[in-house]
Amino acid sequence: MAFTFAAFCYMLALLLTAALIFFAIWHIIAFDELKTDYKNPIDQCNTLNPTVEKVKKIKRVKIALKLVLPEYLIHAFFCVMFLCAAEWLTLGLNMPLLAYHIWRYMSRPVMSGPGLYDPTTIMNADILAYCQKEGWCKLAFYLLAFFYYLYGMIYLVSS
Amino acid sequence: MQVLSGYGLHHQNYIASSGHYSQGPGKMTSLPLDTQCGDYYSALYTVPTQNVTVNTVNQQPGAQQMYSRGPPASHIVGSTLGSFQGAASSASHLHTSASQPYSSFVNHYNSPAMYSANSSVASQGFPSTCGHYAVSTVSNAAYPSVSYPSLPAGDTYGQMFTSQSAPTIRPVKDNSFSGQNTAISHPLPLPHPPSQQHQQQQSLSGYNTLTWSAPGLPSTQDNLIRNHTGSLAVANNNPTITDSLSCPVMQNVQPPKSSPVVSTVLSGSSSTRTPPTANHPVEPVTSVTQPSELLQQKGMQYGEYVNNQASSAPTPLSSTSDDEEEEEEDEEAGVDSSSTTSSASPMPNSYDALEGGSYPDMLSSSASSPAPDPAPEPDPASAPAPVSAAAPVIPQPSKMAKPFGYGYPTLQPGYQNTTAPLTSGVQPSNPVYSGFQQYPQYPGVNQLSSSLGGLSLQSSPQPESLRPVNLTQERNILPMTPVWAPVPNLNADLKKLNCSPDSFRCTLTNIPQTQALLNKAKLPLGLLLHPFRDLTQLPVITSNTIVRCRSCRTYINPFVSFIDQRRWKCNLCYRVNDVPEEFMYNPLTRSYGEPHKRPEVQNSTVEFIASSDYMLRPPQPAVYLFVLDVSHNAVEAGYLTILCQSLLENLDKLPGDSRTRIGFMTFDSTIHFYNLQEGLSQPQMLIVSDIDDVFLPTPDSLLVNLYESKELIKDLLNALPNMFTNTRETHSALGPALQAAFKLMSPTGGRVSVFQTQLPSLGAGLLQSREDPNQRSSTKVVQHLGPATDFYKKLALDCSGQQTAVDLFLLSSQYSDLASLACMSKYSAGCIYYYPSFHYTHNPSQAEKLQKDLKRYLTRKIGFEAVMRIRCTKGLSMHTFHGNFFVRSTDLLSLANINPDAGFAVQLSIEESLTDTSLVCFQTALLYTSSKGERRIRVHTLCLPVVSSLADVYAGVDVQAAICLLANMAVDRSISSSLSDARDALVNAVVDSLSAYGSTLSNLQHSALMAPSSLKLFPLYVLALLKQKAFRTGTSTRLDDRVYAMCQIKSQPLVHLMRMIHPNLYRIDRLTDEGAIHVNDRVVPQPPLQKLSAEKLTREGAFLMDCGSVFYIWVGKGCDNNFIEDVLGYPNFASVPQKMTHLPELDTLSSERARSFITWLRDSRPLSPILHIVKDESPAKAEFFQHLIEDRTEAAFSYYEFLLHVQQQICK
Repeated sequence: MAFTFAAFCYMLALLLTAALIFFAIWHIIAFDELKTDYKNPIDQCNTLNPTVEKVKKIKRVKIALKLVLPEYLIHAFFCVMFLCAAEWLTLGLNMPLLAYHIWRYMSRPVMSGPGLYDPTTIMNADILAYCQKEGWCKLAFYLLAFFYYLYGMIYLVSS
Repeated sequence: MQVLSGYGLHHQNYIASSGHYSQGPGKMTSLPLDTQCGDYYSALYTVPTQNVTVNTVNQQPGAQQMYSRGPPASHIVGSTLGSFQGAASSASHLHTSASQPYSSFVNHYNSPAMYSANSSVASQGFPSTCGHYAVSTVSNAAYPSVSYPSLPAGDTYGQMFTSQSAPTIRPVKDNSFSGQNTAISHPLPLPHPPSQQHQQQQSLSGYNTLTWSAPGLPSTQDNLIRNHTGSLAVANNNPTITDSLSCPVMQNVQPPKSSPVVSTVLSGSSSTRTPPTANHPVEPVTSVTQPSELLQQKGMQYGEYVNNQASSAPTPLSSTSDDEEEEEEDEEAGVDSSSTTSSASPMPNSYDALEGGSYPDMLSSSASSPAPDPAPEPDPASAPAPVSAAAPVIPQPSKMAKPFGYGYPTLQPGYQNTTAPLTSGVQPSNPVYSGFQQYPQYPGVNQLSSSLGGLSLQSSPQPESLRPVNLTQERNILPMTPVWAPVPNLNADLKKLNCSPDSFRCTLTNIPQTQALLNKAKLPLGLLLHPFRDLTQLPVITSNTIVRCRSCRTYINPFVSFIDQRRWKCNLCYRVNDVPEEFMYNPLTRSYGEPHKRPEVQNSTVEFIASSDYMLRPPQPAVYLFVLDVSHNAVEAGYLTILCQSLLENLDKLPGDSRTRIGFMTFDSTIHFYNLQEGLSQPQMLIVSDIDDVFLPTPDSLLVNLYESKELIKDLLNALPNMFTNTRETHSALGPALQAAFKLMSPTGGRVSVFQTQLPSLGAGLLQSREDPNQRSSTKVVQHLGPATDFYKKLALDCSGQQTAVDLFLLSSQYSDLASLACMSKYSAGCIYYYPSFHYTHNPSQAEKLQKDLKRYLTRKIGFEAVMRIRCTKGLSMHTFHGNFFVRSTDLLSLANINPDAGFAVQLSIEESLTDTSLVCFQTALLYTSSKGERRIRVHTLCLPVVSSLADVYAGVDVQAAICLLANMAVDRSISSSLSDARDALVNAVVDSLSAYGSTLSNLQHSALMAPSSLKLFPLYVLALLKQKAFRTGTSTRLDDRVYAMCQIKSQPLVHLMRMIHPNLYRIDRLTDEGAIHVNDRVVPQPPLQKLSAEKLTREGAFLMDCGSVFYIWVGKGCDNNFIEDVLGYPNFASVPQKMTHLPELDTLSSERARSFITWLRDSRPLSPILHIVKDESPAKAEFFQHLIEDRTEAAFSYYEFLLHVQQQICK
């Protein structure tokens, strides 16, 4: 019944997961755009002379790809929160994803800035497909997590 | 007038427009013809580029300036302004033609808005024409086109005009004459002294109008036509037009009357500018007068230029029909041609097939010669042809005959052969064709075709390629003759039409129907491309509309099917498209209604001259920048002398036109620029020592026109080798130098050649040594195959965005981290050359190699601002490209430069089942700007059958292609994962495919290692790969050598790569003429291939090993003294020196044979290999022996052991 620190963690995680879901959707859209771009010949990416619309689109894609690091940080952040709240089960459920994020970031291509995607290989259909799949999986994970946190919060608050 | 080489045609056009110009002034005869050409050309051309840099200048006065200034120097600036004006004005005016190419570019460049304005205007104007001439009938269709030629002229005119601030006049006129408005605009310029002008032309060019004029026409009309319409019209238009001819004439005639008014306006304001204009007309004339020169550079330039002009006329139209297309242009998309035609422009197109297409002066000159031949006659003829592209006015069927004959001289035989079957094939009901695709609509046909398809495979006796071979039993697996690419199992007609395997190969010549089948076969599926290969024969097509599928943008090709006369079905996406009007006319046979006989449909490799729809900006000039390391290390190595020497020798052979620009930079710890501006007495060196924030000291004069500043350039090249002899600077600021180079090149794009001799040690992009010499022969982990920093990659991407390619020449004696440096070329579509332990005196063979490579490098063909798109039949999809480029979209490769030595590979997957088709096609389209400033599209189309059984898949394996694709994949794997992974993957490829094959054999011979005959070399080649420098372990290999081998695997075309992987060994001490071939009057013996094993070497023999970039001649101890004496020029074995890199020219039969054989081998590759003569017992023999890949080494299996290993793995 008490509004404990754990309950607060769940609330926070709930909100942040909503944001992550949003990120994941954006991510999926961005890759889908990259992938299907060529299928519409009239509307191709024109790096030489981008029209206004193009620039907007490219920007959108770029922003989406830049959200990777914030996403990882947010996720790591509430993992730490759960750790502090001693919610072991929840933490355990999140560990695989956390580990995956760390692995993913460690094995990123050589880059001077932060980021995960290399413009020279991103168009490689294999990588594109992989990233898209990754996006869908994450979306599913975050959705489930969202309801789990909701449940966890209500349970804690009401008990 | 009968001539007609393509270039001639353009000239004519050119003249037309220039003629208009000249008429104003009326005083051009006196001008020196020759000198002006260059200026004019460059002036016009430079405009665009200038625009880019200076784009603020869009003011009226500017235009004035342009005209009032005469001489060349000022030209550039002036013209820039002018063109701007033109662009601006063109937006408001209908007539943009002459200026159009520019204006449209400019628009693209500056603002989309302008462009749209332009197009909308155009659309207004155009419809009006259309309305007047109902387009429905053939003659009518031709009719409107008549007026076009004049358009360009009008344009030039329009430009001037508008710049004079009289814009309103135009529209009015247009309206008033709406019917003929197109024609009208032209007339305007012409009016004043048509007769004079004409005479001038006559006198200059030796035009005899009378002879060629249309019979029915009065000569005066004729003149008018010529002047107005571009003077020429000859051409290929439809014979039917004849009657309509009179009409055009009338039009042309009319204008003069109205024109006086206009002209006065013009002349009043424009009198000042006459001089420059006068120049222009003159030079075209000159070129005209000397038909023989057509092929020469000037001629070509003009031709090309004109071409653009001509083709630009339709542009507005097309844009009206398809607005969205504009954007598309930058990739090889271009305007939707078919829609264009349907909407409006029914111009008969001219096309001239030129042999060799591109640069006559280079490779193809011999081939192209036939075309020019006819030229000797007065130009009208040559002119007409070009015009025809824009202005097919001439109605003389009888005369036309000749031009055509000339136009296609060499091609014809080929055509005749092929046409017959094809014709019949056109009808959908015809089995031949139906084999291509099955239309659901025609069930009958469908069955037929499928049964046919099946027939073709099964009916033939079980192919030799399927014969099972017991690998462990077969001792001599290697054939005696070189391995040829398997021929796809298609019917004879298609086989004949299919793309040459040299340019386009697929790892499986029988495409499996489903991904499941492909997975079962365990073979890699992919394409190997050599798209820009030097060709001796290439049909070049100039046509107003390039016919492409409306939905997938595929270019029309021999494998499309014509449903009826008016419709064709795309072979990639199966959409039914209309055949444009102009495509109905076949210039080859001069007949109408036979679209299937057009060269596009008769050749799977063709080149189109692209219109301005395919440009985002005016074609860039050839721009070359050399960035040279002059630190102590570099000076010590002495490459500067060789480079400067080669440059001096080849300065005139650098591909380019009169706009060609060149620049030099050197760097050590500072960056040195060289001001070569024309007018200086000697080159000026400018030193920038602030390498943290590089800037260009004088942006304008660092890249200079090659012809204007030639003396200065020569001075610099002569001085360079000695300028730094006493330098003590050991640092190398490569990164900042590259940044500066990028800044310098970004306005135009072009090629940057970087010469580097050590690790960059200063500024951005500095690198540390990462190689541990003790690890060189490690069998475990090879590290540092990837880049250490992404600086070079980022730079390359920036460069690629600005159409600049960076070529790297690494001449180092120590580790220089090629893995990082190579990124600058990899992603900017450059090329990489590596000369380990280069020293000009200590290592003469490397020096000689550098010299020869440089010669090739400097003089070979080059394409700028290129993009390549690969398309394939629906159901297949591409993933993973290999080569040097930047992948801009999932099927679009951005290539800042393309060179003839670049190869590419693509991996394919089957996304949807191909059950409803019996054939699949692949098409690559390479859009590039030639060094002459011409936009061209080279299209290759490959057609392959689809099969449904595993056996057929195995029957069609192209083992060489498969190996090359695997090598590319292995390089990727070793960089992304590890070398040992890559090696395992290679072995697994053999194990998997052989075991998959084994499981299909009915009589299970478990004990034996069986392979289909088509795959029998697979294990051998994989073993060769494992022992290749790139992938070997256990043998001491320097990291840079390994990385370089990997770079080569990625970027070499198949033929060269194969030699690198599996060298050819010949015995050359007993060459005979048996089976010899004749090349250029020389007898070239063809000794049989020997397998790469020491067992084949005998002490009594001498052997030649061809490793691609290096030749070894191994001389056995007991070699016959006759051979040593006759070929090597020494009395006996003992006296042969340890280091010998040349065969002496001895006057003996055996020497002659050996030399002709080696020369023949050498000629077949772009980079000249070094020759090493290796004595048995000399220390150098280790290098020779390491290539004997069938033998065992301490670290690797012998071939037999490898087979056993594979067998073991299979049984597991």
